[in-house]
Amino acid sequence: MIIFQHLLNGLRLGSIYALIALGYSMVYGIIKLLNFAHGDIIMVGGYIALLLIGAQVSPVIAILLSILGCMILACVIEKVAYKPLRSAPRLSLLITAIGVSYLLENLAQLIWGADPRSFPSSKIIANVNFSLGGVTISLTTIVTIVVAVISMIILNLLVQKTKMGKAMRAVSEDTGAAQLMGINVNRTINYTFAIGAALAGIGAILYCCSVPQVKPTTGYLLGIKAFVAAVLGGIGSIPGAMLGGFAIGMAEVIVNAVGLSSWTDAVVYLVLIVVLLVKPTGFMGRSMNEKV
Amino acid sequence: MNEQPKLTPVPSNAFIPPRDIDKSPILECHHLGIDFGGLVAVDDFNLTIGRTEIAGLIGPNGAGKTTVFNMLTNVYTPTRGTILLDGKETRGLKTNQVCKRGIARTFQNIRLFNDMTVINNVLVGLSNEMSYNVAASILRLPSYWKAERVARERAMELLSIFGMEDVADVKAGALPYGAQRRLEILRALATNPSLLLLDEPAAGMNPSETEDLMANIRKIRDMFHIAVLLIEHDMNLVMGICEGICVLNYGKIIAKGVPEEIKNDPVVIEAYLGKRGAK
Amino acid sequence: MKHERTIPTPAKYLINTVLTVILLAGGTMLMNAGAFNRATTAIIQQIGIYIILAVSLNMVVGYLGQLPLGHSGFMAVGAYAGALFWKATQGVMPSFLTILLGLIVAGLAAALFGVIIGIPALRLKGDYLAIITLGFSEIIRICIINLPNITGGTPGLLNIPKYSGFFVVFASVAVTCYVIHTIMHSRHGRAILSIRDNEIAADACGINLTYYKVFTFAVSAFFAGVAGALYAGYQGSLFPKSFDFMASINILVMVVLGGMGSMLGSAVAATVLTALPLVMQSLSEYRMVIYSLLLIIVMIFKPSGLMGQYDFSFTGIIENIMNGRLFRRKKKAGGTKNE
Repeated sequence: MIIFQHLLNGLRLGSIYALIALGYSMVYGIIKLLNFAHGDIIMVGGYIALLLIGAQVSPVIAILLSILGCMILACVIEKVAYKPLRSAPRLSLLITAIGVSYLLENLAQLIWGADPRSFPSSKIIANVNFSLGGVTISLTTIVTIVVAVISMIILNLLVQKTKMGKAMRAVSEDTGAAQLMGINVNRTINYTFAIGAALAGIGAILYCCSVPQVKPTTGYLLGIKAFVAAVLGGIGSIPGAMLGGFAIGMAEVIVNAVGLSSWTDAVVYLVLIVVLLVKPTGFMGRSMNEKV
Repeated sequence: MNEQPKLTPVPSNAFIPPRDIDKSPILECHHLGIDFGGLVAVDDFNLTIGRTEIAGLIGPNGAGKTTVFNMLTNVYTPTRGTILLDGKETRGLKTNQVCKRGIARTFQNIRLFNDMTVINNVLVGLSNEMSYNVAASILRLPSYWKAERVARERAMELLSIFGMEDVADVKAGALPYGAQRRLEILRALATNPSLLLLDEPAAGMNPSETEDLMANIRKIRDMFHIAVLLIEHDMNLVMGICEGICVLNYGKIIAKGVPEEIKNDPVVIEAYLGKRGAK
Repeated sequence: MKHERTIPTPAKYLINTVLTVILLAGGTMLMNAGAFNRATTAIIQQIGIYIILAVSLNMVVGYLGQLPLGHSGFMAVGAYAGALFWKATQGVMPSFLTILLGLIVAGLAAALFGVIIGIPALRLKGDYLAIITLGFSEIIRICIINLPNITGGTPGLLNIPKYSGFFVVFASVAVTCYVIHTIMHSRHGRAILSIRDNEIAADACGINLTYYKVFTFAVSAFFAGVAGALYAGYQGSLFPKSFDFMASINILVMVVLGGMGSMLGSAVAATVLTALPLVMQSLSEYRMVIYSLLLIIVMIFKPSGLMGQYDFSFTGIIENIMNGRLFRRKKKAGGTKNE
């Protein structure tokens, strides 16, 4: 029974990682950038929800506004910081992304202070527990898993069936050719950032509900772990990101369960290192070699 | 004679000029082939190159010429076949070890060290000729000074082949296009090769520059006593300096021979111009 | 060609040595005479330590062209190795020898980690290299936290002998700069630069990519370790928190702002960014925000950093004056990269 309990916890954590990993994966797929700022967008989303609910805004509107806020922020970052560097060396782009991440974190610290603030999770998801044959399941767990799965199904439909999804796939395959086919590359990239940020926004609410607190560095570790999940699944691959997210969530819960909780993060990094060395393309990624 | 399409006798010694006939060939490829995920890029490639031969590798775009270069330098590992350099197999070596064994190359899309000066580009090629260790460079021991002085003199000598001494301290990336191609050849020569692979050395050059280049390739061969294998689309250059030519189409050798034979080979003409051209 | 007057090489070395000795001796005398208050002295020492960190990271970022995000990990290894060595050997040997040996032990320990981490990590490129080095350095930090018997854990390693005086720090700075300069101006340095400019061509020129990448990584880690030990000897105590991801980013900011590939740039940026909080105390809250904004703005408007690849040479300036020019005529920077 205790195994089932851990399994559920792993699934909950994993679905949050998966949602965030999707953002990394999509952005990497389309402009080959490790978007360091992605994790911090989650943190901002968390703060927006926290402040709005604190201001007595209805939770549904607060959630929607916070997701919208994440999307706008991501698009602004893309326009201001990444777009001017699209033809610059990859190193410059990566450093810029690190700079943006750093900026968001420090701005948050300046505005909201360094101390963690407790998140009013009970206003979003009622604090109810179900008992099922010795296994306790919180409503948060159920909502998290269900919302994550629904979001991923919607994303998959979006990418596979819509015109914009087709454009996104085309741009990530070959930007130049897509442009020649009349696809508006800039708009497509912007859409990708927005969709990734929307998923991050959903992830932010779910994560903050389960922790339940927000601090300026919330995004950092969460971002890194989600990135590990994205790499594990194969960067650029959407089903890969989901699979990787679940795998990392489970791994973390198992390490905690055997009583090595102070080593949890080290294990996540170790998984990352081993994956990068043994199979850098992850479960479902494709290899890319430079043409000589 | 023209009616006979020359379909790969294995392995052909047809190229070896008389002066090399009593010496062992510098390069032998036997049944070389490579697949990329099921796609056969090059197959059954057989080639022998004499010690001081200038050989040409031609063929339409996408025929697999650069892939052959990449296999010779172990950038790609051949799926099948063997490469013998100076009688010894190069299988399993890394690209930089192949270079030390004597194959140097240039690239179709120029790959210079753009942010380094011209002379430093050549000195990188000379790296393996210098033997001082890290301690000697930190402590500036006499072995450092001596090796650096000798290497610098050698680099200037090499630059003088193309009259580039004046631009020794200019950044390589700032050179005009033709000079960049020439510098790439010098950098390759600096590694002291016995076989020089040139990938489209005349691309982007005007006719008079090409003329100079032809003379210089011959001069290099005569000065260094090395073999040259070049990929080129400029038929005047190929027919002008190559002693043996190998024609590749769809990854397979469709003809081998001396320039006169190749010029009149209907299979070659068909490959370049299509069926009607062959009439 | 126009004849240029030059200083003979031995004289150049002599001039530079004399200059270094004068600066070191003068600085030490000023320090001993109490010319600066405590805060200023502390900042000056910190500047020295950060110069070593920035200059050593510049070797990998600017010269080798790779982006590792784990420099603070090597600094941590050196800091703890040096501190433990000093604590163990305090009073056993003459202090001069203890200090020297401690710095060497710290450097070697970090270099060892550099090799261990470098061999697997340097098979990867770009973002992947960045993230894997970040992972390694975080693992180092988590190990430090979880091994309190050796490292003191989160409460910290205390009572480290305060060996890092002005002379020790700035002599280390001089040695670091000298060693990196001489390596970069040798066949090894040219090999490193060639890998940055074009890896495929370097490989085809017979440059052993793996060897030189790991070598550069190890040298860089060595000096990061030395800087770590100096930091331990300056603080007198060590806490794992000082070596987190943010510490790595701080050093990276210095290298990027100064100009990737310019030792002078790294040193100047390290000086300015370390001294900045002292000069603008009222702005200390905004310091981190300003850093990150600077990083973004410089990347967008001058991706090569403020100094580009320009490197300072005192004797070069004398030569220019001898030739009747006060300032070096600027050659046009290299053309575009064809990648």
